Amino acid sequence: MMPVILWSDALVFLLLGACCVAFWHIRRHEHLLLPWRRVGRSAVAMCSLLVLSLFVLVGLLDTLHYRVALNGAYSPEVLSVFDKLAEPLRLHTEKTYSAPLAVALYAKESTTDEQGRVVRTYPRLKYGGAHLPEASGYDVARRALTGAIAGVLAGLLLGFKARRAIGVTVVILAALIGMTLNLAAVYHVLGTDKVGQDVLYLSLKSIRTGLIIGTVTTLVTLPLALFLGVAAGYFRGWVDDVIQYVYTVLSSIPSVLLIAAAVLMMQVTIDTHPNWFDTAASRADLRLVFLCLILGMTSWTGLCRLLRGETLKLREMEYIQAAQSFGVSSMRILSRHIIPNVMHIILIALVMDFSGLVLAEAVLSYVGVGVDPSMISFGTMINGARLEMAREPMVWWALAAAFGFMLTLVLSANLFADAVRDAFDPRLNRS
Amino acid sequence: MIAYLIRRLIYAIPILIGVNLLTFALFFVVNTPDDMARMQLGIKRVTPEAIEKWKLQKGYDKPLLVNSRAAGAGQLTDTIFWHKSASMFVLDFGYSDDGRSISHEIATRMGPSLAIALPTFLIGLACYVSFALLMTLFRATTLDIAGVALCVVLMSISGLFYIIGGQFLVSKLWHLVPISGYGDGGFKFVVLPVIIGVIGGIGSSSRWYRTIFLEEIGRDYVRTARAKGLSELRVLFTHVLKNAMIPILTGVVVVIPLLFMGSLLTESFFGIPGLGSYTIDAINAQDFSVVRAMVFLGSLLYIAGLILTDISYTMVDPRVRLS
Repeated sequence: MMPVILWSDALVFLLLGACCVAFWHIRRHEHLLLPWRRVGRSAVAMCSLLVLSLFVLVGLLDTLHYRVALNGAYSPEVLSVFDKLAEPLRLHTEKTYSAPLAVALYAKESTTDEQGRVVRTYPRLKYGGAHLPEASGYDVARRALTGAIAGVLAGLLLGFKARRAIGVTVVILAALIGMTLNLAAVYHVLGTDKVGQDVLYLSLKSIRTGLIIGTVTTLVTLPLALFLGVAAGYFRGWVDDVIQYVYTVLSSIPSVLLIAAAVLMMQVTIDTHPNWFDTAASRADLRLVFLCLILGMTSWTGLCRLLRGETLKLREMEYIQAAQSFGVSSMRILSRHIIPNVMHIILIALVMDFSGLVLAEAVLSYVGVGVDPSMISFGTMINGARLEMAREPMVWWALAAAFGFMLTLVLSANLFADAVRDAFDPRLNRS
Repeated sequence: MIAYLIRRLIYAIPILIGVNLLTFALFFVVNTPDDMARMQLGIKRVTPEAIEKWKLQKGYDKPLLVNSRAAGAGQLTDTIFWHKSASMFVLDFGYSDDGRSISHEIATRMGPSLAIALPTFLIGLACYVSFALLMTLFRATTLDIAGVALCVVLMSISGLFYIIGGQFLVSKLWHLVPISGYGDGGFKFVVLPVIIGVIGGIGSSSRWYRTIFLEEIGRDYVRTARAKGLSELRVLFTHVLKNAMIPILTGVVVVIPLLFMGSLLTESFFGIPGLGSYTIDAINAQDFSVVRAMVFLGSLLYIAGLILTDISYTMVDPRVRLS
């Protein structure tokens, strides 16, 4: 087994490291901890944080990649720890569509029975409900109930000391997880798609893509926005003019078009240099990282403008002028006095942008300028499933699963972001 | 006013030059025309002759910036930059890969785009502002909280869902209007995309307007108006709404010129022959000249929107003078 660190993995680890450093730093300073205590007091924020952390857990497990050793060489297939944990889901592929919790395929097929006659029936699935002689609603209900009860018990054990809202959320989540785990062992809980892949597995794999688009995008362009915004506000004069010109030009191009143009060009570069990549996963991954960069290029201008405005205000403050008259160097003023005082803007921008970026990924993948078609994401799931609504009978579960997971992720991110903004925004007066 | 406008127009020129240089760098320097030829002709087994032929057909067989073999002004004008990028300043967008004039396509496709985008914009604005006013009127009550919660949920739903769900419900299940198509631009083709467009924006926009109204309602003039004995409705509609115009206009007027570009998603899902679906088709067919033209047109319209915003300020606020 050989561990593989893709570019996006490295960025995720970097982000994780930064979070740990920030956590350690904030814990030691009471004044930095104060707004976070306000976030902690909000029940809505804590419940959504709980949901978000489940998503992050799946995403992180899916980030630890490796390649299996195959007699001397390594398999070209890049797997993750999550793939290993969800191995039954990944490997139990059926022939084609099957409905959620079904035991037979969704469409009739011609088969020969024991007497050699050709009959049109719904063929049984290879894995879904294979332990049963025939379809049984009783077995589904029994498994769902035992799973849910086990989940509720575990949830009560974990959450009995927490506040009521959080405890209820823990119990509900635990019940859902228990039910799904118990059912997923023998059924396809969310059905299978056109090539027979388990939709639950696809949805869970999509989480990592969504999370990376949502976080890495802001992270990679943060240094640029921070540096240029603060420099424009602090130095003014020609530095300000040049930086303002650059971001006016960038923001005057409608973002979808700029993204489309840049992604098309990136596609040409990737396609004309196939020898850069040793596995298909690394090519798809580099495309994801570039997509983050491109998305960041179109969105940093807003943050840059905010930071410039705030710095313009800050540089007139008395403590900055005092530092200047003491002869403190500009670099030191920026790093000691200005940047710590604009951090709340960066944090708010980071959490507010997240949900928009997750939604944008789906749209861009639909337009054809999103992630690599081989990469599992909400966008590629929706794109693949959108013609299935026109089928007769309709195949709805892949779309429903993608939209459902996306709604849960984005809604909890939005609720959490609101709480963070309320806690950090100094314009809101608190009594 | 006139002098101000002229100055703004002059300021727009360096920005357009910047956009032009950026697209030029993106389309011709990041990947050379040779790369693009190889991409379009298939990666493997491409002969150098085939590449040269492709470049000649597309007019990419010239040097990028400086043609040292030409004489006089030809050194600058007989280049890719002059023919493909600088020419966009006189709205000469050249030809798409299927040989049609892009300028002509843009002119004919603006109509359908506008037929969808303009009603969506107007009806949407009216709906969002009224919904936000309603929430402001019942602020800090259960109704307001429910409204905000509804907005957060609505803005957490992907725009793709509204389109797919709307098409399924209205067209497939209830058979009220055709699923897609534009026909002669009749009412039945336009109504569903417009409704879905309005619903899609209701979450984020109403919430944004509510914030603006709430900020205004804490001002002194509102207290004075109430002290005079004006009814709450009167205060909201005649005083708060008027004073909230400036922040509303900042976000709204700038998108008016961009309405010509249409919406990428709506048009491609509903088969509207507008500029949005034109762009999507070009992206899928990797027709770079069309994408380049749309980028330039988009920034042109955006800058027009910025100028319009400034003019609209003078209309709603007599204190603002453009000089």
